[in-house]
Amino acid sequence: MLNKTLLAWSLTCAIVSLALSGGRAFQVPASQQPEPRQPSEVSLIIGDRIGTPPRFAVPDFLALSDDPETIAAAQTMGEVLWNDLNFEREFYMIPRDTYASIPGATSITDVSFDLWRELGTDGVVIGTVRRVGELLEVQVRLWNIRGQESVFGREYTGSANSARLYAHTIADEIHQNQRGLKGIAQTKLAFVSDRNGESIVGPVANRILKEIYFSDYDGYNQQRVTVNRSLNITPAWSADRRAIAYTSYLRGYADLLVSFIYEGRLASPAAGSPDNQNWLPSWSPDGSRLAFTSNRDGNPELYVMNADGTDVQRLTDNPAIDTSPTWSPTGAQIAFTSDRSGRPQIYLVGVDGTGLRRITFESYCDRPTWSPAPFNEIAYSSKTGPVHDIKIFELSTREVRQITFGIGSNESPSYSPNGRHLAFTSNRSGEKQIYTIARDGRNLRRITRLGNNEMPNWSR
Amino acid sequence: MKSRLNWRILAGALFVSLLANTACGEKEVNVTPEPAPAPPTSPIPADPNTTAPPTAIADTTPRLPTPTPADSSLTGHDLNELNRSVPLAPIFFDYDSAEMTTEAQTSLANNAEVMRNNQAWIVTIEGHCDERGTAEYNLALSERRALAARDYLVALGIPVNRLRTVSYGEEFPFDPGNDEAAWAQNRRAHFVVTAQ
Repeated sequence: MLNKTLLAWSLTCAIVSLALSGGRAFQVPASQQPEPRQPSEVSLIIGDRIGTPPRFAVPDFLALSDDPETIAAAQTMGEVLWNDLNFEREFYMIPRDTYASIPGATSITDVSFDLWRELGTDGVVIGTVRRVGELLEVQVRLWNIRGQESVFGREYTGSANSARLYAHTIADEIHQNQRGLKGIAQTKLAFVSDRNGESIVGPVANRILKEIYFSDYDGYNQQRVTVNRSLNITPAWSADRRAIAYTSYLRGYADLLVSFIYEGRLASPAAGSPDNQNWLPSWSPDGSRLAFTSNRDGNPELYVMNADGTDVQRLTDNPAIDTSPTWSPTGAQIAFTSDRSGRPQIYLVGVDGTGLRRITFESYCDRPTWSPAPFNEIAYSSKTGPVHDIKIFELSTREVRQITFGIGSNESPSYSPNGRHLAFTSNRSGEKQIYTIARDGRNLRRITRLGNNEMPNWSR
Repeated sequence: MKSRLNWRILAGALFVSLLANTACGEKEVNVTPEPAPAPPTSPIPADPNTTAPPTAIADTTPRLPTPTPADSSLTGHDLNELNRSVPLAPIFFDYDSAEMTTEAQTSLANNAEVMRNNQAWIVTIEGHCDERGTAEYNLALSERRALAARDYLVALGIPVNRLRTVSYGEEFPFDPGNDEAAWAQNRRAHFVVTAQ
């Protein structure tokens, strides 16, 4: 009975994993339909105590080749995988130094079940890394310590110099397999930085330039996107994670630019000019449209257009400021900031221009960012005193909860693609830096350190 | 570049297989990734869309397009010496406001006179904000300030085709301080001569 249910669940995992990975070409018999996860099956997921996170351990991966790079990669993979699994808080991650005394595995099936049980471990991830020519072969298994059985196994082969990416991939697959959770370990953060300290002569004083960068979700692998020695701000990832749209003053006025970062191509879909300036691009969830602010009709108003710049439609018509658009998860509505009441507040409107309504009644609100499904909430920055804090408006209950509390000024929230985390800017350290935080306000992490960094945007 | 970048040569060999675990049996599949890109002037990250994890992206930077330089007829960089003498007085605004103060109206009247005496000047009006608002909203607020100043000068008889606007939000503070004195200096519109 146990094995049959386990078989069904494992197939479910495999199928769900396939669906989410964009059609990885495994062949799964059509007759074996995925079964929904039932409460009675929870015991088949590691950790059968409902409500209590299972206790997981991730020792260093076992290097099956004795060259220093493989040994280092094996250690990195263990560390990064532990961090990635810890980030979602679905498992209680046992601190790594507490199992230093447990002898390392000599193979992927060599698990000291008694020692791990003694440590109170429910699940342990055993990985091996072998160097084959210029490639790494990585095998990983998740062992259920109580049942002394492997509940998850994968093998990867690829580049020898991206140990972190192996770990991120494994973390996302374990979250999917064990918790039905779409992990974010492979996602990226785009942001604005002045770290180069470059400046240009301004009409009165020199001006510090800002360029677009991106990094892994945990702040590693920071990479520069723009090199145009100008002001580049408000980056926004395209839905396919291959392009970043942003506001650039490259040509002496504000316009939208789109950097296709793997092609070295640049587009300016809004076709700006001194009389047609454009700010704050926001991609529709399906990646086909861009919402943005423009002064083309003599006042900051909202517009929507196709990603290639065709089919421009005006969304607002009001003598006040309308700006900072964000799309609802279905793409049917847009939240934005307007000062038509006298101070900036958050409003909603259908993409057809109908159904306008105001949702905030505070002193000063801006930069709404609509959560991805399954959540239906809007994070924004709110002036709570001398500074701004991040708040979240829950659309179904109309309740507002606050997740930062006046430590520095906190602005520019951006949701992770699974909706469980936010990135934002805070100057709590003295400079502006990027932080991530869970949507319940816990798990604050600083992501950047070099120069000033702001306006994060979390990739899909 | 680091020798580790030889991943590109090997990108064609990526594959993933499902291990024979207790449940799923052994399944293996070969995936052909997109062809490796031609050597760029700066390294390109591996295409993250390849269906076989892991892709190789470490130690690389994006491919950076060659930018077009800013048009100096819009930024006034060629006239820095003139502009540093501040021939047109800046105007200052109240918090979260684009309304003209009495002092601003006086300055604008003087600026209109200077522009009438220098008929060849084209002027870019820069809108700026202090840091107390949000960075995003300030882009629109500073645009309103620049537009308000432009409209006032037009009302004083300056042809609109001699005036341009650009809004910098809180990005280029005049005074980097964090007190009311600095903020008051930063809630402003600058008048930059971009052609003479």
